[in-house]
Amino acid sequence: MSHAILQVEGLHKAFGGVQAVADVSFAVSAGEMLALIGPNGAGKSTCFNMLNGQLTPDSGIVRLEGRDIVGLRPRAIWRLGVGRTFQITATFASLSVRENVQMALYSHAGRLRSLLSRFGAAFAAEADALLDQVGMLDQAERTCGVLAYGDLKRVELAIALANQPRLLLMDEPTAGMAPKERVALMELTARLARARNIAVLFTEHDMDVVFTQADRIIVLDRGVLIAGGTPPEVRANPNVRAVYLGSAH
Amino acid sequence: MTLASILIQLLNGLAAAASLFLVSAGLSLIFGVTRIVNFAHGSLYMLGLYGAYSLIEFFGRTPLGFWGAVVLSALAVGLVGILIEVLVLRRIYRAPELFQLLATFAVVLVIKDIALFTWGAEDLVGPRAPGLSMAVEIMGRRIPAYDLLLIAIGPVVLGLVWLLLTRTRWGALVRAATQDREMVGALGVDQAKLFTSVFFVGSVLAGLGGALQIPREPANLELDLAIIADAFVVTVVGGLGSIGGAFLAAIIIGVAKAFCIGIGTVTWFGFEVSFSKLTLVVEFLIMALVLVVRPYGLLGKPQAAQRAAEPAPRLQVPSWTFALVWLVLLALVPLAADRYTTILLTDIVCFALFSVSLHFIMGPAGMVSFGHAAYFGIGAYAAGLLMKRFGLPMEAALLLAPLVAGLFAIVYGWFCVRLSGVYLAMLTLAFAQISWSIVFQWDSVTGGSNGVFGIWPSGWLADKTAYYYLALVLCGAGIVFLWRVLFSPFGYALRAGRDSPLRAEAIGIDLRGFQWAAFVLVGALAGLAGAVYAFSKGSISPSSISIAQSTDGLIMVLLGGVETLTGPVVGAAIFTWLRDVVARNTEFWRAVMGGVILLIVLLFPQGLVGGLKALVARWREQRA
Repeated sequence: MSHAILQVEGLHKAFGGVQAVADVSFAVSAGEMLALIGPNGAGKSTCFNMLNGQLTPDSGIVRLEGRDIVGLRPRAIWRLGVGRTFQITATFASLSVRENVQMALYSHAGRLRSLLSRFGAAFAAEADALLDQVGMLDQAERTCGVLAYGDLKRVELAIALANQPRLLLMDEPTAGMAPKERVALMELTARLARARNIAVLFTEHDMDVVFTQADRIIVLDRGVLIAGGTPPEVRANPNVRAVYLGSAH
Repeated sequence: MTLASILIQLLNGLAAAASLFLVSAGLSLIFGVTRIVNFAHGSLYMLGLYGAYSLIEFFGRTPLGFWGAVVLSALAVGLVGILIEVLVLRRIYRAPELFQLLATFAVVLVIKDIALFTWGAEDLVGPRAPGLSMAVEIMGRRIPAYDLLLIAIGPVVLGLVWLLLTRTRWGALVRAATQDREMVGALGVDQAKLFTSVFFVGSVLAGLGGALQIPREPANLELDLAIIADAFVVTVVGGLGSIGGAFLAAIIIGVAKAFCIGIGTVTWFGFEVSFSKLTLVVEFLIMALVLVVRPYGLLGKPQAAQRAAEPAPRLQVPSWTFALVWLVLLALVPLAADRYTTILLTDIVCFALFSVSLHFIMGPAGMVSFGHAAYFGIGAYAAGLLMKRFGLPMEAALLLAPLVAGLFAIVYGWFCVRLSGVYLAMLTLAFAQISWSIVFQWDSVTGGSNGVFGIWPSGWLADKTAYYYLALVLCGAGIVFLWRVLFSPFGYALRAGRDSPLRAEAIGIDLRGFQWAAFVLVGALAGLAGAVYAFSKGSISPSSISIAQSTDGLIMVLLGGVETLTGPVVGAAIFTWLRDVVARNTEFWRAVMGGVILLIVLLFPQGLVGGLKALVARWREQRA
């Protein structure tokens, strides 16, 4: 197995008196698809937001390739090689698809501070290459604001890949998509992740997607990790069955 | 200060807070439900005062006459509110938020002239409340009995509004719509009826606030913008949509103002500090402080995200040929035109840069400013003062002035980029008002209300045509520069941040830093416009920093259309020209301007240039 890109140890977060995430530890390796699942309110989003810098954990360690990233702002974490997609797509609606990807490329190269050069002259080929990989090249000229939802998800994926990330954090990447599209998007993600040796951590409600696309699954319930392993292992785990089916053993 | 004088100031402040609360509560209610920032709300307050004055004269100065007049005036103002809602706003609820703002500006202009026509330009001093004209002695000081009544009215109205909101079905709808307007619409509530009724109640509160002031304050035509600035501050400090917050904020601000007057001049460590001069600024200082600590006001909550906002359209690069043709035409005009036209064109050129710089910040950068005149005025004053007080040559003063405006923008911008939406707009207004009152009160340096005189350009620019060419070159270069920046990586980053702050942050863009830089950039260029303007007039007055100047800028941008690049230039030209023509022909130029703006708003909800583009597109489609 290749080395761990993301290492999480003993993550804690409480809101008021409510323990949202308690003692969560896991790791994601390069090229691996790790699914974080759990019922509503299990603490998935809280967990996620502590990794991407939007929340600071009460205690615990988050290491990206050995480096502690707790307390860094989202944009600093991005600079260290973490790409993100959002549950509700966030793209620049008034810019074209290509310009959306170029924006990330310009930012990655630290070239957004120029006042007089013309935006769009640089990184066009790189942007098109990324768009080609997610199958959006034919729509590169279109404005993001008019795209179909599934297409926006793919644009987001291209943006997330623009800084050559070591880790992709995908919060409900297929929410709001049709079942067929969902599997297609995650197959694409898995293919790209393996080809580029990127670690992927994603949350997901669609169990078809989880059990067909994830290499490993970890299950969160009421803030605590109750299971982890390969899809067949997790499927067979009585704790998981109890949580999802509500049956006592 | 003795205990007695502290008590007196406290009571004074509480009395002043009553009307402030009524007006602000109405504004807050209307904003909460309709999401419209109603600039005409101050005009409704003004009408309340005038109405009460006339009705008291009509009924006679008896207790019944007085109180009948107050109540009737408030109700009449409520009807005016209904008229505004039904005739104007209802037709444009689907238009972009900023366009609704433009419509309410137009209503301000129209109401001001209706008041001028009906009641004349003189201040009207109302009677004291019959039966309440005596004073009550408290701790050896005399307090007008009417003030004590006002102090009681505030909490009573708060209680009534609270009952209305929590105990009635209407109140439940209002609270629901304040939280989530679309959801209420989706549940099948008749929005039109709800909005009209909210406008009625809000307007009655404004009218009542005005009518109750008649024994304390003469009715005059300046009240509309004066009170709207106060009311904005109160609603923002209290938290938009929060009635209790408005009450709390009104008291804080009313009392703070009263204490500033009461304290007067104090010597601290050998320095004379004049608190009475602080009265014009203190509320804005409080607001700036509150917003930095609590960005949604004392009792406010973050606004629910608006769903499915129309994405801003793509901007098109103006072609060089297009720009060149216009430049050549503008350069040729003085050859054919008279002196008067040349001067008017110089004005237009200055305002075009002012308007383009405002468009830059509110359109592509997504930060609406209600106080853009601050930088225009500071540029103008810097130019004048550098020349008059520091003896700099005119050319040096002209070139340094934008830097001074930029320095102020660095300070103001640091606070402003921490906020967004209406709160940001209000904070910009606050900074403009702070600048205005400093200029207005610092007689020894700025010349106070008289301004600065005798700042004429150097000899080689004394000729009006020569100066016009200078203005054309400087302002034209400023406009071209700003347009160019919009298409640079920097400009794109701003647009990206406007579209999705979340995504911008997630791809490593330091959005606040970019917005701050943009603030400084447009501040400096608005300062350039102001400096060029100052030397073309030979004098500057505080009105160049006033709210009216800021709203003029907004009107220019919105009139031309915020969604196109050339719109703000066209808007500046039409507004400046139209105002000149109309003002020369009628005393009631504001009403005419307001009428024209309303007509445009109702006919071209995308602004003039946007509307024309849509027309051309439709015409082409029909031909194809």
